[in-house]
This record gives sequence, structure tokens and C-alpha cells, in this order.
Amino acid sequence: MIAIVDYGAGNLVSVKKALDWLGQECAITSSPVDVQRAAKIILPGVGHFSSTCTLASSGLQDAVTDAIKRNVPFLGICVGMQWLFSGSEEAPETRGLGLFPGICARFPQSVKSPHVGWNQLDVASKSCLFRGLTPRPFVYFTHSYFAPVNGTTVACCDYAGKFSAAVQQDLLFGVQFHPEKSGEAGLRLLSNFCAI
Amino acid sequence: MLTKRIIACLDVDDGRVVKGVRFTHLRDAGDPAELAKAHSASGADEIVLLDISAAHQRRTTLLDTVRRTAKELFIPFTVGGGIRTLDEAAAVFASGADKISINSAALADPTLITKIAERFGSQAVVVAIDAKRQNGSWQAFTHGGRVSSNRNALEWALEAESQGAGEILLTSMDRDGTATGFDCELTRAIADQVNIPVIASGGAGGAAHFAKVFEKGHADAALAASIFHYGLSSLGDLKQYLNNNGIAVRWPC
Repeated sequence: MIAIVDYGAGNLVSVKKALDWLGQECAITSSPVDVQRAAKIILPGVGHFSSTCTLASSGLQDAVTDAIKRNVPFLGICVGMQWLFSGSEEAPETRGLGLFPGICARFPQSVKSPHVGWNQLDVASKSCLFRGLTPRPFVYFTHSYFAPVNGTTVACCDYAGKFSAAVQQDLLFGVQFHPEKSGEAGLRLLSNFCAI
Repeated sequence: MLTKRIIACLDVDDGRVVKGVRFTHLRDAGDPAELAKAHSASGADEIVLLDISAAHQRRTTLLDTVRRTAKELFIPFTVGGGIRTLDEAAAVFASGADKISINSAALADPTLITKIAERFGSQAVVVAIDAKRQNGSWQAFTHGGRVSSNRNALEWALEAESQGAGEILLTSMDRDGTATGFDCELTRAIADQVNIPVIASGGAGGAAHFAKVFEKGHADAALAASIFHYGLSSLGDLKQYLNNNGIAVRWPC
């Protein structure tokens, strides 16, 4: 069973819908117990970085951290990916998990923000997440803050400079774009995650 | 590179797509769910569903239509038409919309933009502006272009942005339905001033019109309805044309 973590932010319906279409057993849950028992975990999120602070207060953060330590496959989407970093300029008082190094920063004034629309990835590694996709797939983004490129980056994107579009460490994954809104390419990526 | 988006719009009356539809292979060409899927398969980057039903038949039919359309649609999906409150917006999101589009209600109470943005994020709030040229500038109109708001369209776009709008859906009332091309002057006047994406709408009659509104109008996206049924054989042909003309689009999808 795949747990889609509900921490009161954003719209979880579309992630659930995509997994349903892929025939995956999944449930939207805000219960730390469900998260602990899950075979895989997806943490979606659009909205403000500060909303992730409810993960700590609700006990979900401990459940997620524990699962990641046990090597349970985990996928953070959008703000759910940014939360895996040390923090974000969007809410300096809210700490991220710090599993990936660096702070998420705002796009410069020279470009429109949010970065909305379909942009092309540069898939740099043979990550299992991108199996069967072209090396430069188009995916859908909508975000104003971005994560830096580092050694765990498995796909880059360019908008006023390069940023991390996907990161991976073992079975811990984060994607800045919305696979549930990225057509065939996105469904393939979700299906790859489900197949781990 | 961030690509220019091509958005297919479905005008829906009481659960049925209106404006002539020529997808011959569809079992039911008036069904929004089938049409949205067909547009997505042929290369649309987003789907916008605009409910034009009379108020009394609107709510329950709309939510059911949104649910059915969203079910097998895996590209961004915006729903607009008659959303007046945060609760109404919440119900549309719960039915599967990714973004909502508001027009008259936002002009009547601009803080509605902020309320929806605070709960669902700015990326989920599209403010639709119906602009008509009057005395050398553009005025924002409401109620399907029938009522003047007495607001300057550019000033209203800037206020909408500051209230938390994530995108502007800008329709030229002067061009809408004429198939003579988008209003590049209007689009550029607003796209150059706001720092959020502007979707150009109204007047699409051929592939060259799209190229022009991206190049001359500085639009981030362009929306059309009937042309995708009549004017062009497919959305794929449009994208191929734009791609051949050096405009970055998601192609092949």
C-alpha cells in the first residue's frame, strides 16, 4: 500500500487519481501509523514551505524519517521535495529534513515567477525513476523556489540557471515538477516509482 | 527552456460542450471528458473548462462534469465560470481541478483571490480578464463581456497579481470569435507589466496567429476553443508549425 501523506496543504486528489489509473493500491492519509506501515510513501505538496511545519507537529515527520531510515521508497513532489533539503528562503524559520544539502532559493526578478509550464529535463543519470523516458522529457512545473544542483541531482532543468528537477539517494527521491500533471512521461515516472 | 503553452478551452453548458465540435472519432463529441482526453492526446498542454450554464442549473452538474473530466486527464486542468466563494472553489478543487479561474467575483471582491491563494496556493488561482478597448486603453468587463467594471484592465491585472493571482487569462473582447488573430498589443501591454504568466485568448484563427502572440504579444500561453475543432486539423499540426518556426513548445509530447 502506498501512503499519500496529507498534511493539510495543496491538492492531493490528482496524485491519487494518477495512482488509481496506474492500478496501484494507495490511500490519502494524515495518520503517522498508516505512514509507518506503508510499503511506499509519496509526499505531494504545492503551496507555502511553511505548511510543512505541520508535519513536525502532527507526528508525520517522525513517521516519515523512520520509514526513510528503513529504506522504504519515498517520493517528495514539489514542496515535498524541497522539504528534504535543509530549508527554503520562503520560510527561513521552518526547517527542512536536511537529507539533501542546501537551501531552496527564489527565482531572480529577471524572470517571471512562478515558473509555470512545461520545461525540458536534462536527465543526467541512470536513475530507475526515469527508466523508459527519453533523456530530455517535457514535464510540468509550477513553483517560485528551486533547489540547488548537487551530487544527488539526477535531473536538471534550466530557468534563469540550472536547478535540481529531481534528486535521489538510494530509495529516497524528490521531484520538483508534477509527474501527476506531466502526461505520459509523468505517468511513466510514477509507474517506475511504484515498481521499485 | 520553458515552452509556450497551447491551451484548449471547452465551453460547457449544462454538462455539454458547446461551439461546434468535429472530432469525428468520438462516440460523444459533446462530452467534456471525451473531448478533454482527445485534446490531451493530440498535444494540448492544458485544458480549461469554462462553465457557461445559467446559474440555476450550474452547481451540481458542474461538479459532476469536473469529476468525470478530471478522472483520466493527466495534464493541468483549470475550471472557471460562476465561482463566487472560497467554498465553491474548494468544491471544484475537491472534484479534481488543479486551478480555478475567477472573473466577476474577483472584481467584486479582490480579496477572494487572496483567500483562495492562501488555502490552495497562488499557482491554483487564475484571474480571467475580459478586456475591451475604449478611448485608447482597455477596460475590464464582467458577465461575459456585457457589463463594464469601470476598471482599467492593466491596473486590474497588477492588482490581481498583488492579491495573489498565479496567472492572468486575458481575453480580448474585440477579437473574441473573429478568427482575425489575438490582440498582440493588449497582450503585450499586460504581459510586459506583470511578473506572472499571461495566457492570451480571443481571436485565434490559424497557426500564424499563435506564433505572432508569442513573439509580438509576449504571451506565455495561448488559449483557443473553436479553432481546434474547425480551423486546424490538429493541435499537433499547430505545435509542429510553431516548432518549425523556432518557438519552443512541448513537441513531440
